[in-house]
Amino acid sequence: MGYTLANAAMLEDKYVTYLPSYGAEVRGGTANCTVAVSEEEIASPVASEPDFVVTMNQPSFLKFQSILQSGGLILVNSSMVNVSTARGDIEVVEVPTSELAEQLGNIRVANMVMLGAFIKVSNLVSLQLMLKNLPEILGEGKSKMIKLNREALDLGFNYLKEQT
Amino acid sequence: MKRLMSGNSAIGEAAVLAGCTCYFGYPITPQNELPEYLAKRLAEVPGGVFIQAESELSAINMVLGASVAGARAMTSSSSPGISLKQEGISFLAAQELPAVIVNMMRGGPGMGNISPAQSDYFQATRGGGHGDYRTIVLAPASVQELADMTARAFDLADTYRTPVMILGDGMLGQMMEPVTFPSKKKERQLAHADYVLSGAAGRPSRRIRSLILDPKEEEEHNWKLFRKYQRIEQLEVRHETFLLDDAVMAVIAYGTAARIARGAIKRLREEGLKIGMIRPISLWPFPVKIIQQTARHIHDFFVFEMSTGQMLEDVKLALEGSGYIHFYGRPGGVVPTPVELSRIISRHYHQSQKRKK
Repeated sequence: MGYTLANAAMLEDKYVTYLPSYGAEVRGGTANCTVAVSEEEIASPVASEPDFVVTMNQPSFLKFQSILQSGGLILVNSSMVNVSTARGDIEVVEVPTSELAEQLGNIRVANMVMLGAFIKVSNLVSLQLMLKNLPEILGEGKSKMIKLNREALDLGFNYLKEQT
Repeated sequence: MKRLMSGNSAIGEAAVLAGCTCYFGYPITPQNELPEYLAKRLAEVPGGVFIQAESELSAINMVLGASVAGARAMTSSSSPGISLKQEGISFLAAQELPAVIVNMMRGGPGMGNISPAQSDYFQATRGGGHGDYRTIVLAPASVQELADMTARAFDLADTYRTPVMILGDGMLGQMMEPVTFPSKKKERQLAHADYVLSGAAGRPSRRIRSLILDPKEEEEHNWKLFRKYQRIEQLEVRHETFLLDDAVMAVIAYGTAARIARGAIKRLREEGLKIGMIRPISLWPFPVKIIQQTARHIHDFFVFEMSTGQMLEDVKLALEGSGYIHFYGRPGGVVPTPVELSRIISRHYHQSQKRKK
């Protein structure tokens, strides 16, 4: 998800850094990455207080909601996350990404559904350009998956469009 | 064309475009993407050789062998693996053979961990292995610089016939940034190829060795190396300054630490604090002159490292007692955020401003 976003931002000629976590991570754990997108040169790829946090599961929600700056926005996969412990000073946007992905017949595109939703709320990159550049972003060998990923991005984007 | 690449992969591509045909290594996190990239990429290069050796010792000696046979050779590892390669690096320096060694530092000592650290500064800049030698050490701070400096490292290694180290860390290796490469592959310009062991048919035989039993001969060899190191100190110092003109405090940091410091300084500038930065790009030779020049108008220096203070000693040597040195270090694989660093710098800044009044 982070890589796709970073690549899309680069193709829009923005400055971008992508920093993955590469330590020991487990399935259902808190594997994460940090993406910085800017109109100017990025000083540090380490984010002190990110503007947005995206969490796909409960442990990540508990761990990462605390680094968000006050007034920041957190997107959660509400199919798996209970947000009753959310901080009071942040905006929580719930997207049932796992369920939406299952509607497309493949739960593995839940991340792309979330990315579509993230683009809707963040406006960091253009969905149209991402959809257009998707073959280039995902690279060779993923050509069969382009259609499904486009549908997933659209589904997440439109889910929030209909909510507002 | 811009490509979004990890630092490790970018080194691999840059090496191939710089004419590197031989890579020898042994896996270790956090630099594995580099051999992974080269395993695939060198197979496409005419005469390309990629060997995953059985050990670090083997890998560095393969580098030595390829280098003496006239190839552009490199190896890479991370802290514990680089320790194992020190004997070979000492031999490369003694035999005056070009080679590029990449160290993506991780937390130590011992096995340590796999998180980004800067604790191999002493090892890299003081020679690391045994004997009276130096290694050119380059410290990039972005994926683009990793690529550019890889090409430069090969040229420096050839020019001075000496091993060159690229000193990065786990974060630089793992992070992705857009990077551009030269559109054309560069041909190697080897000015002094008269050392290459290419077969003695039709010419007098050559001998490359580091065993020099006669002390006087060994002494002369040491002075010869010393004179070479003096030339490097005169000609190959690189640094970058940031917002230094009106600053009353200069942060000194390299590599990843310099990226974090830059973020911190940007924040502090918004609060009106007059802080700039000197970023050493070559760690050996160390940018002594710019620090001494800066000390004429700035009293306070703030050294920030992801270690308990190693480059700190070079800053002290450069300042020769003038100025005041503040220090903040996060060893063991901890990467502080710009906000954390900005708070520490701010505290030191205000304390020293108060002292002056």
